[in-house]
Amino acid sequence: MKQDRSDDVGGPRQPLLIVKDLRKHFVRKKGLLARNASPPVRAVDGISFSVTKGTTLGIVGESGCGKSTVARLLIRLLDPDAGEIIYDGQLVGSPRGISVRELRSRVQMVFQDSYASLNPRLPIEESIAFGPTADGVPAAEANARAIELLGKVGLDPRIFVHRYPHELSGGQRQRVNIARALALHPRLLILDEAVSALDKSVEAQVLNLLTDLKAQYGLTYLFISHDLNVVRYISDQVMVMYLGEIVEIGPVAEIYDAPAHPYTQALLKSQPSMDPHHRTKEAPISGDPPNPISPPPGCRFHTRCPLAQPICSREVPPLRPVGSDGRLAACHLATSSPAVAA
Amino acid sequence: MHATTFDPRPVTTTPSERPVLQVRDLHVRFVSRERTVYAVNGVSFDLARGELLGLLGESGSGKSVTLRSIQRLLPMHRTVVSGEVLLDGTDVLKMSPSDVRRMRGSKVSMIFQEPSTAFDPVYTIGQQICETIIQHEAVTHAAARQRALELLELVRIPSAKQRLDNYPHEMSGGMRQRAMIALALSCRPQVLLADEPTTALDATVQIQVLLLLAQLQKDLGLSIIFVTHDIGVATEVSSRLAVMYGGQIVETGPLAEIIESPKHPYTQGLLASTIHSASRGLRLEPIRGSPPNLSQPPARCTFAPRCNLAIPPCNADVPELRPLGSTRFARCIRAKEETSAP
Repeated sequence: MKQDRSDDVGGPRQPLLIVKDLRKHFVRKKGLLARNASPPVRAVDGISFSVTKGTTLGIVGESGCGKSTVARLLIRLLDPDAGEIIYDGQLVGSPRGISVRELRSRVQMVFQDSYASLNPRLPIEESIAFGPTADGVPAAEANARAIELLGKVGLDPRIFVHRYPHELSGGQRQRVNIARALALHPRLLILDEAVSALDKSVEAQVLNLLTDLKAQYGLTYLFISHDLNVVRYISDQVMVMYLGEIVEIGPVAEIYDAPAHPYTQALLKSQPSMDPHHRTKEAPISGDPPNPISPPPGCRFHTRCPLAQPICSREVPPLRPVGSDGRLAACHLATSSPAVAA
Repeated sequence: MHATTFDPRPVTTTPSERPVLQVRDLHVRFVSRERTVYAVNGVSFDLARGELLGLLGESGSGKSVTLRSIQRLLPMHRTVVSGEVLLDGTDVLKMSPSDVRRMRGSKVSMIFQEPSTAFDPVYTIGQQICETIIQHEAVTHAAARQRALELLELVRIPSAKQRLDNYPHEMSGGMRQRAMIALALSCRPQVLLADEPTTALDATVQIQVLLLLAQLQKDLGLSIIFVTHDIGVATEVSSRLAVMYGGQIVETGPLAEIIESPKHPYTQGLLASTIHSASRGLRLEPIRGSPPNLSQPPARCTFAPRCNLAIPPCNADVPELRPLGSTRFARCIRAKEETSAP
């Protein structure tokens, strides 16, 4: 089933994506009366991770944690302030690596709002064929590819090919967006809350589709969601973010079974129980996430952490190995055996 | 501190065993020149005193329209409403505009999904709560402000006194939602309508607000209708559940019984397609097809086109909501009393 990829440069052991010390601070516009420039929003503050070929990395975190900014930096919808992005061993934006334009044909993205991400004045066939045409593929071939992809995402081309976005349901539009993203034969698909706006019964259909396409085309996914159950379902690795930083990253089963970082523990315990006889009695943590404009010093979670010690407000905890399963956590109190803090 | 403290418990005019709210055969359709949308098609239910009824459904199921009809919030223009909404025995749909204004806030009040759009951005939280109290009751401004303070304490907003003078934008999302609950409770309503009040909140904040609502409901003896698309959220707070599909209630009964053995094929499909911790590695079982088109009034079972159990009679007539045991009802001719449908 799995397609042989002739465009594989680094071999199977080379991670498809390596991110090193990526940083993005948004500078806010100076107000009319402000004397000094206001402090920047520290949306992504020095994060490093890698994605193995053919796997899915899930990114979870609350609003303002920087997960969507990471996605936009990776596909260069935003320019990073600092840091390196290495795609299949090739540094992005360097003369000896690959250009941003080349990167964008290999990495594609699906957004949350299925309607806003399609041109309302183009029939969906043209929306799907648009990328390949712009990339130099002859129109007839691009259209043939669009029709084939419509079939692959479960929309009968005979019915849908000439329809406009407003004539489709949300689930159907998101299938079109997936087809559009696949039209350039990418290897990495970034799915930024791609199923979050869908109804549960339709969400399951789209998740099944993503699983099938991944196997068929040998894809690698970066799956961003606030829904912890969906991330657990689809991911191999999971990365937990809080206020622009990674607090924990590692294999999904291990982290969900025994979270090492107190924030991961709180996040997982905050999920509705789904058991009418064992409802949640007490909220695991109080308050809202602080503002990323002036994150707390030291460990950014210490203001809400039930276990915080004096050191936590003074020193930034490094991301270091916890346990033996390749997991990293950024907590002064996490020891080599995870979940002691629970 | 002050002579009399505010008792936030509802003012019950006619203490009786009669349900505080009875909705009878509610129909709502939206008419425009191009098309008619049959949004609610014969909804009937009772809300007992001190009960928390969960109204569960996907987008377009008619749950929010039902809720808004109870408070007469739908635009009169182009909306055709029929049926009865009996509040303490009085039909809300027949009230005069001035009676409707008196009813809103003091007998029935509502909290919305997006607190930032429900508050007026140019007045402080305290001013908005005071205004509501003074509109409904003959109290001095000082007394209203004292009550506003007690309300903010009731919903556990830290440093409530300072928060009274905050503008909505100065509060975090979770704090704003607590303030909206305080505003909704300011005139001791008997019925609180909650329209997806935690959907826009982060996971760690959502659970706090859910627990607060459940606690207030118990402490004050409130009757609440809680509209949500999230089974997990409904499970955390509801005592009874009504599941909506295509503008009709398709199943109703005690929460635990429905979660443990759903009778209607739609509820079964919804539960089967909801991703939970045990789903990993398994193929999801989505409901096939898409939600119904509401441009025609139902002439058959609205779920039949997506139902695996459908038989010819399902397409012949609209099924009744029929009893299955003493407390449960399902709108399905194939639902059986003792076991879940085959």
